[in-house]
Amino acid sequence: MKRLLSEALAELGYGGRISLVETDCLVSCRQGPSMMFLPGGKVYQILTTENFTQIVGDLIHKTEHPSSPLFNAPQTEEEIPDIEDIDFFRQQQLIVLRNRGHIDAESIEEYIAHDGYGALHAALTTLTPEAVIETIKDSGLRGRGGAGFPTGLKWEETAKYDRHTKYVICNGDEGDPGAFMDRSIMESDPHAVIEGMIICGYATGSTEGYIYVRAEYPLAITMLQKAIDTARDRGLLGRNIMGSEFDFDIHIYPGAGAFVCGESTALMFSIQGKRGMPRIKPPRSSEAGLWGQPTCLNNVETFANIPRIILNGADWFKAIGTEDSTGTKVFSLTGAVKNVGLVEVPMGTDLKTLIFDIGGGIRGNGKFKAVQLGGPSGGCLTEQHLNIPVTFDSLQSEGAMMGSGGVVVMDDTNCMVDVARFFTQFCVDESCGKCVPCRTGLTVMLEILDRIVTGEGKPEDLEELEYLANHIAATSHCGLGQAAPNPVLSTLRYFRHEYEAHIVEKRCPALVCTNLIRFDIDENACKRCGLCARVCPADAIVWEKKALPVLIKDKCIRCKSCIRVCKFGAIS
Amino acid sequence: MSGEELNKIKGNYIEERMKEADHGVVTVLVHMGTCGISAGATKIFSALQQEIDRLSLNNIRLKTTGCAGLCSQEPMITVEVPGQPAVRYGTLNAKKVIEIFYSHVLGGHVRSEHAISTGLEKPQKRVIGA
Ligand SMILES: Cc1cc2nc3c(=O)[nH]c(=O)nc-3n(C[C@H](O)[C@H](O)[C@H](O)COP(=O)(O)O)c2cc1C
Repeated sequence: MKRLLSEALAELGYGGRISLVETDCLVSCRQGPSMMFLPGGKVYQILTTENFTQIVGDLIHKTEHPSSPLFNAPQTEEEIPDIEDIDFFRQQQLIVLRNRGHIDAESIEEYIAHDGYGALHAALTTLTPEAVIETIKDSGLRGRGGAGFPTGLKWEETAKYDRHTKYVICNGDEGDPGAFMDRSIMESDPHAVIEGMIICGYATGSTEGYIYVRAEYPLAITMLQKAIDTARDRGLLGRNIMGSEFDFDIHIYPGAGAFVCGESTALMFSIQGKRGMPRIKPPRSSEAGLWGQPTCLNNVETFANIPRIILNGADWFKAIGTEDSTGTKVFSLTGAVKNVGLVEVPMGTDLKTLIFDIGGGIRGNGKFKAVQLGGPSGGCLTEQHLNIPVTFDSLQSEGAMMGSGGVVVMDDTNCMVDVARFFTQFCVDESCGKCVPCRTGLTVMLEILDRIVTGEGKPEDLEELEYLANHIAATSHCGLGQAAPNPVLSTLRYFRHEYEAHIVEKRCPALVCTNLIRFDIDENACKRCGLCARVCPADAIVWEKKALPVLIKDKCIRCKSCIRVCKFGAIS
Repeated sequence: MSGEELNKIKGNYIEERMKEADHGVVTVLVHMGTCGISAGATKIFSALQQEIDRLSLNNIRLKTTGCAGLCSQEPMITVEVPGQPAVRYGTLNAKKVIEIFYSHVLGGHVRSEHAISTGLEKPQKRVIGA
C-alpha cells in the first residue's frame, strides 16, 4: 500500500510535499491497514486498492486546503460518563474553583475572557467603597481562614481609619497538615485572588497589598508573580487603575513556613522582618497592623470569593449555603478516602456526603474510623457525626471545627493515640515559645503521649492529659495554643478505649504503635501460607510447609512487614 | 485598561478560539498543579510537546492549567476537539498519553479506557460552545 501510494503521489507531482512516514499501530488492528493524514490527523482505515484513488484525491485536496476540518466523529466503544454524572463532581458547586482545570493561570486574556476583572471594573465605575463593603456585609461572607470572622465587618473597620498608608494582606501561609486548598487556588486562578485584593483595597482605602505565601509553594509564588506582573502591565495594578483615581499595588512575601506565621499578627511581624510571634490585641490589625498602619488581612479563599459576589450580587451568594454560613467552602479531602482531591460544596453539606458520596468512601477494604477536620487545631469526629451539616459553628459542641478546610479521613489502620501524638508533636514543633502553657504544657503532654504509645502509660495519665489540655486551651495567648489540645481532647472523648488499651492492656488495637505489638501468631487464624516468613527481612520467622510459622523474638526488628502481608490478620 | 478594553480582550479571545475551531485546532490541556506535577505531569507535557514538534503540527494548542480537582487520578489531560464535548483522561503516563495523542487528538478516536469523563464542570463553558 505504501509503495502504491508513494508512486501515485510522485506521479501527481506531490512527491516532495506529502511525506510518507511509517508509524506504530494507529487504531484497532481489525481496521488495518490504516493511515493517518497530518496535519489534522484524519485516519483512513481498511485501505484497499479500491478506495485508494479516493484517498489520494482526498489527500491532495487537504494539502491544497489545509484549513478544512479533518475530523471524523469519535467512535466511542465504551460510554464515558458525563462529568456531571460522576459522584465526585456532581455534588460540587464551584464558585472559588470555577476556573479549575479550565483556564491557563498564566494567561490574563483567558481570565478576562471568563469574566475576569469585570467585578473590579464594576466596583470602580459603579460602586462607592461604602457600597462595596455593604455588598460584602450583606452577602454574609465569613473568613475562610478558619475563624469565620465576617469579612464585610473587617473591611468596614479598616475603612474607618483615615490614615495613609493602609494595607491589604492575603494570608497564603496554609500551615495545616493535610490542607492544600489555598495552594491550588493561587496556582490555578491567581488573578481571582489579585482581583479580590484590589477590590478590598478600593473598599478599605488601602494602597498597598502583600501576599504572604509559604516558600514551600514555589509554583504558587511563580504563578502569582506572573499574574501580578501582567496585571501591572495592563494597568490593573499601579497608579490610576482602570482610569480611576485609585492606586494599588501588590507584593509577594515568601514566608519561611512557620505554622504560627499564619496567625495574623505574627504574619505581620514576619513581613516586617521580625520574629513571627502573635501579639496581644487590641489594637486590632484594622487599626494598627503592618508597620503600625491600618491593615485588612484575609485568607486566599476569602479573596477569591469577592469578584463573584460583586458580579452576581449578595442575594445570589446568600442563597447558597446556610443562613449563618453563606456560600461554599473548599475542602481538601485526603487520607484514607478513595478520591483524594479538592472539593467545593455549599456550606452545610454533611460529612457523609463529603467522605462517602464525593470521596467515594474508604480506599481499599478498610473501614471508616474517624475524620480530622481543621488540622492541628481541629478535632477528630466519628461515625456518629457523619450527618451533621458542616458550617462554621456546627461542630464546636462536638469538640471540633470546620477550620480552614483540611479533611483527613482515617480508617481502622490508624491508631487514634498515635494521631493525637502526631498533632501534638506538630504543635510542639511549631509553638513560637512566647507563652508558657503552649511552650511547656504541650511538651509535657507530648511526653505523656510518648509514654503511652511505648507502653509506659499509667492509668492516671488520662486525667493528667485532660487537666493539662483544658489549662493550655484556657490560658494560651493565641489560637495555636488554644486549639492545640483539641486532637487529644477529642480523641479522649471518642476513642478513650484506645487509650485504655494502650495503658491497661499494653496493646495497640490498630497495630500501629510498634512497642505494643507482641508479634504473636494466632494458631486459629493462620492459614500456614508462609508469606510472613518470606517477607521477613530479618529471617526471624521460621516456617515449614503446612506448619505454623514460628517467630523468633530475639531476631525480630519490629518492622511489621509480616503484619502487612498477612491476609488473615493472624499476627498481632 | 478601560471597560472597553476588557471587552476587546474578551472579544479577541473568543474570535481566536472561533478561528481555531474553524481550522479544526484541537486543544490539549495538561493539568499541572503541584499535585499533577508530583504525579508526573511534566513528563506528559514534554511527551506531547515533543510529538507536536516532531511532526511540525500547527493545529494543536497545548495548554497548561492548575489542578483539576481529582488529585488522586493525576496526571490528567483534557482533550477539546471543536464541536465535541471535552474528554478528560486520568492516571496517565507518557506511553498512554501518546496513545491518546495519536488516536484521539490526531485521529478523532476517543480512548475510552483511559477516560474519566466527558464535558465540563458547571459553570464552566468553552467560550465557543460545545
Ligand atoms: C496558629 C494559627 C495559624 C493560622 N494559619 C492560618 C493560615 O495558614 N491561613 C489563614 O488564612 N489563616 C490562618 N490563621 C487565621 C488567621 O489568624 C486569620 O484569622 C485569617 O487569616 C483571617 O482571614 P479570614 O478572615 O479571611 O479568614 C491562623 C491562625 C492561627 C492562630
